[in-house]
Amino acid sequence: MVLVVLLATFTVFYMLPKWAGQDIAVLFAGKATGAEQVEGIRTKLGLDDPLFIQFWDFVKGIPLGRTYANGSDVTRCPAPCFGYSFVTEEPVWNTLKEALPVTAALAAGACVLWLVAGVSTGVVSALKRGSVWDRVAMIGALGGVSLPIFFTGMVAMGIFVHSLGWVHISDNLSTDDSVGVWFETLLLPWIVLALLNAAMYARLTRATMLDVLGEDYIRTARAKGVAERAVITRHALRSAMTPILTVFGLDIGVLLGGAVLTESTFNLPGLGLAAVQAISSKDLPVILGVTLFAALAIAVANLVVDLLYAVIDPRVRLG
Amino acid sequence: MVLRHRPGTANLGGYEKMPTGSPKRRLAAGAALVVAALVTTTACGGGDGDDKSEKGAGYNAALNKVVNASAKKGGTLKFVGKQDFDSLDPQRTYYGMTWDFMRFFTRTLVTYDTKPGAASNKLVGDLATGPGEVSADGKTYTYKLRDDLTWEDGSALTSKDIKYGIERIWATDTITGGPAYIKQTLDPKGEYKGPYKDKSADKLGLKAIETPDDKTIVFKLPKPNGDFEQFLAMPTGAPVKQSKDTGAKYTQQPFSSGPYKIQSHKANKSLVLVRNTAWKKSSDPLRPALPDKITVTISANLEENDKRLMEGDYDIDVNGTGMTQSGRVSAVEDHRSDIDNIQTSFVRYVALVHTAKPLDNVNCRKAVFYATDFAGLQQTRGGAVAGGDIANSVFPKTIPGYTDYDPYGVLARKGKPDLAKAKESLKECGKPSGFSTKLTARTNNPGEVDAAEALQEQLGKVGIKVEVDPIDGAQSSSITGSPKVVKERGYGMTMSGWGPDFPTGQGYAQPLFDSRFIFENGNYNESQIKDKSVDQLFDDAIASTDPAKSKALYEDMNKRLLDNADWMPFIYEKNISWRGPRLTNVYSSAAYNGRYDYVSLGVVK
Amino acid sequence: MTDLHKTGAAVGEPVSGRPAPTAFLEVRDLKVHFPTDDGLVKSVDGLSFQLEKGKTLGIVGESGSGKSVTSLGIMGLHTAGQYGKKKAQISGEIWLDGTELLTADPDAVRKLRGREMAMIFQDPLSSLHPYYTIGQQIVEAYRVHHDVDKKTAKRRAVEMLDRVGIPQPDKRVNSYPHEFSGGMRQRAMIAMSLVNNPELLIADEPTTALDVTVQAQILDLIRDLQKEFGSAVIVITHDLGVVAELADDILVMYGGRCVERGPAEKVFYEPRHPYTWGLLGSMPRLDREQQDRLIPVKGSPPSLINVPAGCAFNPRCPYADIPKDNVTRTVRPELTEVGGRHWAACHMTQEQRERIWTEEIAPKL
Repeated sequence: MVLVVLLATFTVFYMLPKWAGQDIAVLFAGKATGAEQVEGIRTKLGLDDPLFIQFWDFVKGIPLGRTYANGSDVTRCPAPCFGYSFVTEEPVWNTLKEALPVTAALAAGACVLWLVAGVSTGVVSALKRGSVWDRVAMIGALGGVSLPIFFTGMVAMGIFVHSLGWVHISDNLSTDDSVGVWFETLLLPWIVLALLNAAMYARLTRATMLDVLGEDYIRTARAKGVAERAVITRHALRSAMTPILTVFGLDIGVLLGGAVLTESTFNLPGLGLAAVQAISSKDLPVILGVTLFAALAIAVANLVVDLLYAVIDPRVRLG
Repeated sequence: MVLRHRPGTANLGGYEKMPTGSPKRRLAAGAALVVAALVTTTACGGGDGDDKSEKGAGYNAALNKVVNASAKKGGTLKFVGKQDFDSLDPQRTYYGMTWDFMRFFTRTLVTYDTKPGAASNKLVGDLATGPGEVSADGKTYTYKLRDDLTWEDGSALTSKDIKYGIERIWATDTITGGPAYIKQTLDPKGEYKGPYKDKSADKLGLKAIETPDDKTIVFKLPKPNGDFEQFLAMPTGAPVKQSKDTGAKYTQQPFSSGPYKIQSHKANKSLVLVRNTAWKKSSDPLRPALPDKITVTISANLEENDKRLMEGDYDIDVNGTGMTQSGRVSAVEDHRSDIDNIQTSFVRYVALVHTAKPLDNVNCRKAVFYATDFAGLQQTRGGAVAGGDIANSVFPKTIPGYTDYDPYGVLARKGKPDLAKAKESLKECGKPSGFSTKLTARTNNPGEVDAAEALQEQLGKVGIKVEVDPIDGAQSSSITGSPKVVKERGYGMTMSGWGPDFPTGQGYAQPLFDSRFIFENGNYNESQIKDKSVDQLFDDAIASTDPAKSKALYEDMNKRLLDNADWMPFIYEKNISWRGPRLTNVYSSAAYNGRYDYVSLGVVK
Repeated sequence: MTDLHKTGAAVGEPVSGRPAPTAFLEVRDLKVHFPTDDGLVKSVDGLSFQLEKGKTLGIVGESGSGKSVTSLGIMGLHTAGQYGKKKAQISGEIWLDGTELLTADPDAVRKLRGREMAMIFQDPLSSLHPYYTIGQQIVEAYRVHHDVDKKTAKRRAVEMLDRVGIPQPDKRVNSYPHEFSGGMRQRAMIAMSLVNNPELLIADEPTTALDVTVQAQILDLIRDLQKEFGSAVIVITHDLGVVAELADDILVMYGGRCVERGPAEKVFYEPRHPYTWGLLGSMPRLDREQQDRLIPVKGSPPSLINVPAGCAFNPRCPYADIPKDNVTRTVRPELTEVGGRHWAACHMTQEQRERIWTEEIAPKL
C-alpha cells in the first residue's frame, strides 16, 4: 500500500505538469532560460530519464541512499534519501529531519488539547442537549471551525505576544533550543490549532454521543443499575470513540504532513513551512520529498487507525 | 539591475506588495487590520503615537539623501524577511535582494556607487581601481586591481580568482540559476565548457578573459556591448578562490572577499555574518562596514514581520518589497516618519498579443489604450502611494528611454478613458461594435486578478468583451511564456509585471520587445512583437558605448512601441518601506530597484 | 356498571388512592405521556394491575399499545438519562415490595434496578454492548450490586452461563456478543438479568428476534428459572402464543389502556373483548384445523396523540354499531367484571359478547 501511495504521489507530481504541457525544467529555470541552462537543469534533476526509472531511483534511494551526478560533482545522498535539493545543496532528508520534530511537537500538543477539549465539550453538550451551554458551545464550535487559522493566529499573537507580552515566540525553533523555549513558542500554536480542531471534534462527539445514547445497549446498562456516570464513560463514550478515532487518525496524518497555515502564521520551521518555502523557491526535490513524506504519514496513520479499530471494536478483529 | 520580479516565478507572492487582492488575500488583510486595530488600541495609550512619529527622520527622508549619516561602528544589524536568498553563490543568484545584500561578503570589479537615489546607477571601481578602460572598437575592457585585496583567510585576491569565478558561469549543469549575460557576451557559441571540465592545469582555459598579471584582467568581446560593465557589476562577475570552490555546494558557505564573512547559514531559517578581519579598509573605499554583526531571520508571516519591525525587534526587511496592507496602515498612522514611499523600477503591464485577431490590427490595440481607465486600475493596485503612478511610457522612470511622450493622452486625462476615441479606433479597425478576447492574470499575484476584472469592465463599455482567465503565476513561463499555448487558448491580452535585471534599456526591455527573444517556453515578449526596426534599435543601442546615444535610441524605441500600441504599461510601482529608527546611513538606491543600500547601513547601538 | 372497588382481586383490579398494597407489585393508574412537537403522546393512559411473586403476567398488544412503555416505566428508565429530550410525564403509583418507585429517590431506584427488578430485551444483539465480552457485561451487572472482586464476579458469571444452558461457559464467558448465535445471546442476556436473583423479571418480547425453534427453548428456560428463583415475571409480547404457555394472567392492552384481563385460560377460552378476539384470530395455533385462515385485525393501531373518542377500538371494531345511541363513539367503556377475576372494557352486553364469541368467533378458530 505504501508503495502505491508513493507511486501515486510521484506520478501526480511529475505527470500533471507534463499533461498540462509544461516542462518542469523550464519551471525551475525561471528567468535564466537559455536552452543550455534548461538542459543543464534537466540533467541535474534527472528529468531526462524515463519516468519509471526516475521513480525506481527514488524508491530505491529511500532504503539504499543515492548518488547524484551533480554537474561535474558527484554528490552522495545517504539513506534514507528522499531526494536532493539543488537549491540548498543538501539531501532533502536533512530538511525533513529538522522539520519533523517541530511538526511532531506541534501535532502532539495540539491533538492532546483538542481531543480533551473537543471530546469533553461534545460530551457535555450531548448530555445537556438544547441547554444554554449546548447552544453556546455549538455556536463557539461553528465559529472555531469557520475561523481561518491565520486569523485566530494573528489575533492570538496580537494579544498575547504584542499587547500583553506574555509569551515570546522564538524565531526558527530548533532542537538546540530548550524545552522551555519549545513550550513557550508552541503554546499559542497549540491552542490556535487545537481550537480549530476541538470545534470539529466537539461537534462530532456531540452527534456521535447522541446517536450512541439512543442505542439499546445503553438502556441495558441502565437496566442493570449502572450509575449514570459509568453509563456515559464506560458504555457510551467507548462506542463514540470509534468515529472520533477515525477522524483523529486522519487528522494526525495530515498534521504530520505539515500544518501549513499554522506553521506559516507562527513561523514554525516544520514540514508545512518547509513545503511552502520550497514552493516559493521552486525547490522541486524538497516539494516532492515533503509531499511524499506527508502521503506516507497519512498512509501510516490510516494503517494505525485500522489496527486500533481491532483493539477498540472486537467485531473487526480477524478470526 | 536586478530584480527577480518577473512573470513566471513562484516567489512573487512573497515578493510584491500585498494588496487589495483576491478574496483570500483580502480576508487575510482584513484579519490583519483587525489585529492591528486590537494591538494599537491596547498597546498605545495616550499621546504615545505622536511622540513616536517625532522620532523618525521623516516621511520619504531616505529617498534622495542619507538619513542619519554616521561613521560609528558596532552593534548588530538585524534583517528579517519572508523569502530566503535564492543562493549565496555569486554565480547562482538572480534575486535583486540577494545582489544588494551580497556586497557584504562579495566584491566585483565594478559596482554601483554607494549614493542615494539615481546617483547609485553610476558604476565605480570596487576590486578595480575604477571603471574599465575600453578600447576604441568597444571590444576590449581592461581593469587594474586595487592593492591589499584579500580573501577571508588572508590570502591575496588576484585577477585569476576573478577569472575563475566568472568561468563558473559556463558550468551550466552545476552552477544553475544565475544570469548568463557575461557568458552570452564573451562566448555566444558556448565553446568553453566551464572550469570543471577544463583540461588546462590552472582551469583558466577561457580565452576571452586574459590575466597578464595578478593585478590586471582583460576582457575580449567578439562584438561590442555597451552594457558589458553592467554585467560585471552583477554578482556573476565576482571572484571565487579555486581552492575554496565546492562546486554546487559553494552556496552553503561562500568564501568572503568583503568586510563580512558567513558565521552560520541555515537555509530558509537564518544567516549570520560577522566581521572578516582579513578585509582591509584601505582596499575598499565604498563599504563603511559599520555593524559588528549582521543577522538575517527568515520568518514566514509577513504581517507579523511588519509588526516586529515596528516594535524594533528587527531593523529592516531584507526582501525590500514593501510592507503589507495592515503594516502600511499602522505605519502610516503611528510611524509616518519611519517610512519611505519608494519608487521601484517595476512596471505593471498588459501585453497585447499580436497573433490574436483582431489585436493584430494596430487600431484595435489603440482602442484598448483609449478605453482603459488607468486611474481605475491604479485604485485596484492600492492607489498612488501604495500602488504607484500611472504609466505613460514603456520604460520606467529610472531607465534611460523613458520620456513623457503620451500619444493617447493618458496623463493628460489623469488616467481617465476616452471612450469616443476608443470607438473611433474600433471603427478604423473594422470592429465598430467591439470584439471578444481573453485576458490572463496571475492568481498568486495579489491584486492582479482584481485589476484584470476591472479592465474587463472598462473595456466592456466600448464593446470589447474580455474573458478573464486566472492562471497560476508559478507556471506562467509555460503558459503566457509559450506562444503555442497562448495561441491554443486564444489569449489576446496577458497582464503581468516586469522589472529590469540592470538599469539600462537592454537590461529592461530586450526580453520584452526584441523579436529574437521570442522563445518556445519562458518567453517574455508576450505581445510577440516582430518589428525589425525595434530589433535594429536594440543592436545599435547595445553596440554603443556612449550612454547618451543609447538613451536616444531607447527613446525612439519607446515612441515606436507606443505609436504601434504594442504593449500597454499601466503602473510604475511604488511601495512603502520600513526604515528602522536604529539605522544609520540609510538611503534608497535606484540601482537596487529602490531598496535601501544594505552595505552602507549601520546601527545606533 | 360494576363496582370498581371490588376487593380480593389478585390481578388487575383498578385501584387508586389507597395505602401501600400487600401485593408484591402493584401498578395504580399509571400514565406515561410524552410531550412532542406534534402534541402529547399518551403511550400509557391509566393502567393498573397487581402481580404476586412466583406468578407470571403476560401483557399483550400491538406495537404502540403501550406495553413496552409500561415495562420501562416500572424500571424507571423513562427518567434516567433522557438527556435534553422532553421529559416523559409519569403519574400514578408503582409499588414494588412496599416501595413506591415514582416518588422514590432516583438513585435508590437505580439500586433496585438489576437487583430487585431486571429486564430482558427484545434484541439481544443490539442490547448487549458490542465492545465488551459477555463475561465483562455480566460481571459489571453483578458488581454494581455486590461488593466482590472481579474473580468472584466472573465465577458467578460462569455459573450463570452454565445455568442458562450455555455450553463451555468458562470459555464462552470471554466471547463477544457477535460471536454468539441469537439463541445463545438471549440466554446470556437472561443470565445477566438473573445474576442478582431479582424478584421481578420483565421480559420484553424475549423471543421476537429469535428463530421459532429457539423461541420455545427460551420460553422453557424462563419458565424453569422462574420456578427455581420464584420471581414474579412480566412477559411483554404481541404474540398471544408466547404467553399461552407461560402466563398465569393475561392483560391485553390497546391504545395505552387495558381492554381485557384475567386468568390465562379465561382470556383464551372465554375472551370478552372484540380486540382479544382479533388477536386470537390472528394467532397461529397447533390445535387449529384450518391453518390457512388466519384473520388479521383490520385497520391500524390508533394514534396516541388523538385517541379516537369513545372506545379507542371502535374504528376497527366490526361490532361497533351493536350498542345503542352510538355510545361506542362517544363514551369510553370502563373495565367491567365479566367473570371471576376477569374484566373487559366493552359497550356490548355480556350476552351479546357471549353469543358472538360462541356463535361467530370460536368456531372459526
